[in-house]
Amino acid sequence: MSLSVKHLLGIRDLQRQDIELIFQTADQFKEVLQRPIKKVPTLRDTTIVNLFFENSTRTRISFELAEKRLGADTINFSASGSSVSKGETLIDTVNNILSMKVDVVVMRHSASGAPHFLAKHINVPILNAGDGINEHPTQALLDAFSIREKLGSVEGKKVAICGDIMHSRVALSNIYCLKKLGAEVTVVGPPTLIPKYMAAALGVNVSYNIREALQWCDVANILRIQLERQNTPLFSSLREYSLAYGVNRQLLDSLNKEVVIMHPGPINRGVEVDSDVADSGQSIILDQVENGVAVRMAALYLLAGKKGEL
Amino acid sequence: MKTILNGKQLAITIDRLCHQLIENHLQFENTVLIGLQPRGIYLSDRIYETLKKLLPDATIHYGKLDITFYRDDYNKGKTLHVPSETNINFSIENKKVVLIDDVLYTGRTIRSALDAMLDFGRPASVELLALIDRRFSRQLPIQPDYTGRTIDAFISQKVRVLWEQRDGKDEVILVD
Repeated sequence: MSLSVKHLLGIRDLQRQDIELIFQTADQFKEVLQRPIKKVPTLRDTTIVNLFFENSTRTRISFELAEKRLGADTINFSASGSSVSKGETLIDTVNNILSMKVDVVVMRHSASGAPHFLAKHINVPILNAGDGINEHPTQALLDAFSIREKLGSVEGKKVAICGDIMHSRVALSNIYCLKKLGAEVTVVGPPTLIPKYMAAALGVNVSYNIREALQWCDVANILRIQLERQNTPLFSSLREYSLAYGVNRQLLDSLNKEVVIMHPGPINRGVEVDSDVADSGQSIILDQVENGVAVRMAALYLLAGKKGEL
Repeated sequence: MKTILNGKQLAITIDRLCHQLIENHLQFENTVLIGLQPRGIYLSDRIYETLKKLLPDATIHYGKLDITFYRDDYNKGKTLHVPSETNINFSIENKKVVLIDDVLYTGRTIRSALDAMLDFGRPASVELLALIDRRFSRQLPIQPDYTGRTIDAFISQKVRVLWEQRDGKDEVILVD
């Protein structure tokens, strides 16, 4: 068995069987990560470059750790302090790096579609680590993997994606992934942060009431407010946002049900979620981080196996 | 197609292999069994069950090991190998390990298994039990300590081990 795609650019391109193959492989990598020696020699003949044109901490560390656990050689590139600031183009930068015999590219870019553009010009597998406000496929995979781990399956589960839907690549990838796996999805947030096309184009429910959404769902995936992507303010203040859409202990206790709390990080504590929720037994935020390494190992393993096909 | 072992012969062979193991390891105080995924575990399950019947008072540690991530040809074929479950919930440090697989052919699987096993600890010794030994076809210097049946076969031929629970009957066949 192998993936139906040669690059992992987004969940939109994947079949359900691809997602299940990644999960099946990640299950075994998760077992590897529990061993005293958490490393396997699988990709010892593979060199992977992490091209981060946009800032990242947890995703970059997670990918780098996954690569090292697989025995691959890794090169890290950040746009700041590189020749990109001297005017070098994306293709020139990448071609120069590939001339050094790199086998797989992991790429994050602030422009939506940047990895899709690159995939047309270079002949190695590309793994999208987040492109603009488009997709963040491995985050969606690890989120769905964490739901499957916590609740037994994703099929039939009700998931609320809460907060800044408009600017979130995590939200879009999550919607694609959860829908392909048979979950029901509601997006919830202020009307100014939910695109009007959502319900019709993606088959999700839309709610503007956080209490109603939490009462409905099994899982709440709470997103960060991305102020850096808002050119004009879309709500009056963080305090007002927190009062209207923040998930706090009082709100959860009033529901008379146990909702699983997720967050892709980094958390704005006291804004979209309070510390006594984020750090509670209901939260699987740290499980998401742990699962991220296993899921990325699986994606890299399955893509690196295709390096001769391109 | 030629039958190498029929169901009755297979049962007798497994019984004999178990008695050979008992002869060398007595009550298995310091010995662990590890079956190799995916196909070796049908044999190791059968050996483990038989040993439990023969030694009702013994505590026998039995695990399953997948070697997918240790293969030297992971991306050489048309499709990737999908890993199976590894379940070794005991220490193999200073233990006598008996690796169990159904067919020993080139020896590359066992080479990978030795690599994989060392990530779980440093055993005192390692023995290999193979139901079928395809001799004269080894690519690495690996030989079994316990053998069910030794056969000579052409490279073009395949040995298939059928199991009741998976294939509906117990039989070992040589397929042209």
